[in-house]
Amino acid sequence: MTIIESFKELDYSQSMESDSLAYDWLKKYGNRFGQYIDGEFTSQEKAKLIEVINPSDSSLLAKIEIADKKQIDVAVKAALNSQTSWFNVGGHERSKVLYALARSLQKHARLASVLETLDNGKPIRESRDADIPLAIRHFYHHAGWAQLQDTELSGYAPIGVAAQIIPWNFPLLMLAWKIAPALAMGNSIILKPAEQTPLTAMLFAHLCHDAGVPKGVVNIVNGAGDTGAYLAAHPKVNKVAFTGSTSVGREIRKSTAGQGKKLTLELGGKSAFLVFDDADLDSAVEGLVDSIWFNQGEVCCAGSRLLVQASVEDKLHKKIKQRMKKLRSGQPLDKSIDVGSLVSRSQYEQVDSLVKNGLDKGGNIYQPSKSRPENNYYPPTLITDIESSHPLAQEEIFGPVLISMSFRTQREAIELANNTRYGLTASVWSENINRAMDVAPKLKSGVVWINSHNRFDASCGFGGVKESGFGREGGKEGLYEYLKLKDPIIIKKNKATKPIKKDPKNSSIDRTLKFYIGGKQVRPDGGYSMATYNADSSLAAWIGAGNRKDIRNAVDAACKAKGWSSSTAHIRAQIIYYLAENLSTRMDEWIERLQVSCGIDCKSSLNEFNASISRLFSYAAWADKFDGLAHNAPYRGVTIALPEAVGVIAQIAPESQPLLSSISLIAPAIAMGNCVVFIPDESNANIALELIQVLETSDIPPGVINIVSGDKLSLSEQLAGHAEVDSVWCWADNSTISVVESTSVENLKRTWCHQNNDRDWTVLRHEEDQEFLRQATEIKNIWTPYGD
Amino acid sequence: MNTENIQSVLVRNPGIEFNPDIFSGIKINRSAVEKRCSDYSVRRSIKKQKQAAWLMKVISLIDLTTLSGDDTNSRVRRLCRKALSPLNERLVESLSIESLNLTTAAVCVYYDMLNAAKKALNGCDINLAAVSTGFPAGLSPLPLRIEEIKYSVAAGANEIDIVISRRHVLQGNWQKLYEEVRSFREACGESHLKTILATGEIGNLSNIAKASQVCMMAGADFIKTSTGKEPVNATLPVSLVMARMIRDYYEQTGYMVGFKPAGGVSDSKTALQYMVMVKEELGRRWLEPDLLRFGASSLLSDIERQLDHFASGYYSTYYRHPLA
Repeated sequence: MTIIESFKELDYSQSMESDSLAYDWLKKYGNRFGQYIDGEFTSQEKAKLIEVINPSDSSLLAKIEIADKKQIDVAVKAALNSQTSWFNVGGHERSKVLYALARSLQKHARLASVLETLDNGKPIRESRDADIPLAIRHFYHHAGWAQLQDTELSGYAPIGVAAQIIPWNFPLLMLAWKIAPALAMGNSIILKPAEQTPLTAMLFAHLCHDAGVPKGVVNIVNGAGDTGAYLAAHPKVNKVAFTGSTSVGREIRKSTAGQGKKLTLELGGKSAFLVFDDADLDSAVEGLVDSIWFNQGEVCCAGSRLLVQASVEDKLHKKIKQRMKKLRSGQPLDKSIDVGSLVSRSQYEQVDSLVKNGLDKGGNIYQPSKSRPENNYYPPTLITDIESSHPLAQEEIFGPVLISMSFRTQREAIELANNTRYGLTASVWSENINRAMDVAPKLKSGVVWINSHNRFDASCGFGGVKESGFGREGGKEGLYEYLKLKDPIIIKKNKATKPIKKDPKNSSIDRTLKFYIGGKQVRPDGGYSMATYNADSSLAAWIGAGNRKDIRNAVDAACKAKGWSSSTAHIRAQIIYYLAENLSTRMDEWIERLQVSCGIDCKSSLNEFNASISRLFSYAAWADKFDGLAHNAPYRGVTIALPEAVGVIAQIAPESQPLLSSISLIAPAIAMGNCVVFIPDESNANIALELIQVLETSDIPPGVINIVSGDKLSLSEQLAGHAEVDSVWCWADNSTISVVESTSVENLKRTWCHQNNDRDWTVLRHEEDQEFLRQATEIKNIWTPYGD
Repeated sequence: MNTENIQSVLVRNPGIEFNPDIFSGIKINRSAVEKRCSDYSVRRSIKKQKQAAWLMKVISLIDLTTLSGDDTNSRVRRLCRKALSPLNERLVESLSIESLNLTTAAVCVYYDMLNAAKKALNGCDINLAAVSTGFPAGLSPLPLRIEEIKYSVAAGANEIDIVISRRHVLQGNWQKLYEEVRSFREACGESHLKTILATGEIGNLSNIAKASQVCMMAGADFIKTSTGKEPVNATLPVSLVMARMIRDYYEQTGYMVGFKPAGGVSDSKTALQYMVMVKEELGRRWLEPDLLRFGASSLLSDIERQLDHFASGYYSTYYRHPLA
C-alpha cells in the first residue's frame, strides 16, 4: 500500500508484539515443563503429558507433565516442612522476599505478557495493561502487609499449608491473588495452575527460584481436575483456595467436608449491569465494553446481564450496537484489537452451543462480525427480547455474550438483579447519588461498582456471596483467609466436687419448654418431646424434639424478619442492652439453674452469668462500632468496604457453658443485623430454652431469634441444606461437622465449624471477638469514582 | 479500502428549533469519560507509513492560526505561505506525495489581518477564517459583534470563528445562547460558522455537552473547544463529550456538524489521539476537512519533524523547517 493510499484509507496498523523472546524462553526449557517442588524443578520421563495450545492458531506451545500423587505428597511435605521457619523469619524478611518477587515480575513484565497472550488468547493490550500490572501490584501491596503483620495482626498465626487451584482466564493474576497474601502471612503453598494455561506459573516458579524464596515455601504442580481434587483433599493441607467454576467448587466443598480445612471459593457469576434513565448512557456503553467484552467475556465478574430502565432501552441498545461495530478482532498479539480468542476449542464450542440452544427458547441475537472457529474467535454478542426465566439469562456463559432485559422501577431493578443463584458483582449506572447509594447496598453481591465495572486493586477485597462462593481476596479482609487465631484457650472444666441437688420445691410443677419461632412459643410440629437431665441425673425439663418442619418454620420466620438488618445499629444495640438488663434481674434463678443443670459450683456459675451479661454489653457496644473501611485504591474515588449482615445464620451450639456460649453466638449475629435459628446442644438444651422468657420481654422483633431443640445432627443437616440459610455456625463433633459441610453445597452457604469444646467462653480475646463479628458480616466493596 | 464514503457532499446544518428537552437531561460522568480517553492511545496503534499518512492528514485539517496582539502583515504573509506549502519540497519529494498538493485547511486570523491574508493566499483553494464577535472574551455589545461578523465576511472570510457568551451557559440562559448563535449564523450568510464554547470557562462536562447541543441547534457548522486564550484549552475528555454530542445530533437530525479542538494540540502524538478518538466515536467520514479541524500554531512544525524522521530515518530539528 502506498502512502497516498494510506492517506485515503486512514486505517490502523496491525501492530504485532514480538513473540520471539517468549518462544526463546519456552525453547530454553525444551518446550516441556515438570513440577516445581521443594525448590527444585523436577521432571519425570514417563509422566503423562498435557499439550499446551495457543488458541488463536492451534499451534503447540509446550507440553506439561501431570504430577502424580507421589509428587503431590512430596510437594505437600515440602510445604509443611518449610512453613514454620518461613513464618518465623518474621514479617520484615517475608516482606523483602515479596518485594523481590514484585520487582522480578516487573523486570519480566513483557515476557509474562506475551506468554499469557500466547497461552490464553487474550489481547496483548489486556495482558500488558491489566493482568500483569495488577499481579505486580498485588505483590507490592502484600509485601507491605507482611511488613505490618507483626504489629497489625499479632493475635493471628498463619494457617499453615495452603492448596491453591486457579483458573485459566487470568492465569498470572489469579496466581498473584492466591500466592501474595498466603506468603505474606507466613503460609507455604502448593499451587496448581489450570492445565490450559500453565506457562506463566512456570515462569513465576523460575522467578521464585531466583528471588530467594526459601525451598518448599512455593510449590507449583501441574495437572487437570483430578490433580486438583487430590491436592485439595490432601489431609496435610490446612487451607484450600479455589477460583473456578461453581460445579468444581461444589466438589471441593464436598471432598474437604469434615477435614477442618479453611476454604475460600471464588466461583461463577451472572453479574448485573444496571442502567438507570439518569445515567450517562455513552459512558455506560463504554462500561459494557470494559465489562463483557474485556477478556472475551471470560471473566467471572463480567456484567453479562444488562438491566436497563425501559424508558432508555431502545436508545441504549442502539448505542451498544453502534459501539459493537467498532470492536476490532484479530490476532491476540496485535496491539490494535479489542477481542481475542477464547481459551480453547472446547470453550468456543461451549459458548457457541449455549447460545444456539438458548436461542431455540427465544431471543434476538446481534453480532457485528462473524465467528472464526479456526481461531476460536467468538464475536461480541448482544441478545435482546428475553425474560429472566430464559436459560441465557440464568446460566453463566463465560464468553462475550451480553443479554439484556428491561425494568420499570428501581425496586424492580433490584429484584431482577438479585434474581440469580450468583452474587459476585454488580454495577450501577446513574448520575443520581441518592439512587446509586441506595441501590448499591441492596444488591446481593460482594462487589458493587458505581458508574464503572471491572475495576480491581490489591487493596480492595474481591469475592462473592450466594453461589458465587465465599471469602475475600485483596485488602485487609483478604488476609484473614490465610490466618487463624493464635493459641486457642482450651476450656478447663470446672465441675463442682459435689453436684448440686435440685431444690425439691422447684420441681413441683412439670416443666415443658417450647420452641421459640417468629416471636412465639410453639409446640413441636411432630408432637414429640424429649427429656433433658441435670448434672445429678434428675429430670431438668421436657423439651420439644424438632423436625424438618420446625426448621422450615423457624427459617421462614427468620427470613421474614430480615428488616432487622435495616434497623439502625443504635436500635439494635439498645435492644441487646435491654436483653442484658432483663437477664440480670433474674440473676439468682440463673445462678442456681446453671449449678443444677451443669453441675458447676456457685463461683463458676456466677462467673458464667456475669460473663454473659458482659458479653451482651460487648456486642451491644459493637453494634454501632464495627465499621467498614475506605480503601485507598489508585483511582479518583473511594472504595467503601461495607460490613453487611450475612442474612439468616443457623447456629448449632456447643456443649459447654450453655448460657454463655448461647449468648456468645446469638449476640454478635443479631448485633450485626442477622436473624438466627439457634439449635442448642442436647445436653443442656433447657438452658437456651429458658432464655426464651427473657427474650420475650426484651423487644426483640419476632423472628430475629428462633430456637428449636431436638436431635442436633438431624436438625443441623436440615439447616445446612436449607437454601434460605446463608451461613451455618457449628460447634459439634466431627461427624456432625462433616454432615454440615457436605450438605452446605446445596446453596454453597458459608460454614464456620468448630470442635465442641474448643474454647473457654468466659474470656473472649479481642481477636476472637472480632472473628465473631467478621463471621456475622460479609464485606461488600463499593467502588465510587467521582468528579464533575 | 475503507468502504465508507468519504466524498459524500456535506449538507450544511441549518439548525433546528430551540428544544430544551433534547439537552436538559444530559449528564456526563467525568470519571467514565476519562477512563475512555485513556484507551485511545493504547487500544489503537498507528505506526510507520500509516502514521506518516495520518500525520499528513492532520496537516490537511489544520487551521493555521495567528491571533496575537503583535500580528503584522508580514507575519500573516509568512503564515499563509506556510499554509500553502506546509512541507518543504525536499520532504514532499522524498515522501512522493506531490500529487496530494498538501495544504492546511485554512488560515485563521483577526479581522484586521484578512486583507493581508487574502492577498498572500492569492486565490488558492484554502479557507480563510476570521475570529469575530469580540474574540476572545465576547463581551462587546451584541450589535457590534454581529457587525464584526459582517465585516469579516465582506473582507473575504468564508469561515467565521465566534465565541459564545459564557455567561449564558453559566446562568443557564440556553434560550439566549440559542438566539445569540442564531443571529451569528444569520450574519455569516454563506460563510461557515464555528462556535467556540470556551470549554475551560463554562464549568463542567455536562455544561459543555449542553452548550454543544444548543450551538448545533442554532446552526453551527462546527463546534470548537477553545479560543486558545483560556487557562485550559482543548482536552481529550472535553473533546470526547463534544464528539458524542455531534453523534447524537446527527442521529437525531441527520446533519453532520464538524468538530474543532483548538489550543493544546501541539504535537503529533496528541493530534493522533484526537484523530483516533474522532474515528472511533464519529467514524472515518469525520476525518475530512469539512468536519474536522485542528486550531493550532505549533503543531505543524512537530509533524514536519516526525515526517522528516519517517522519510530519512533520523530525527530532525526545528531550524531545518521553514517557520510558520
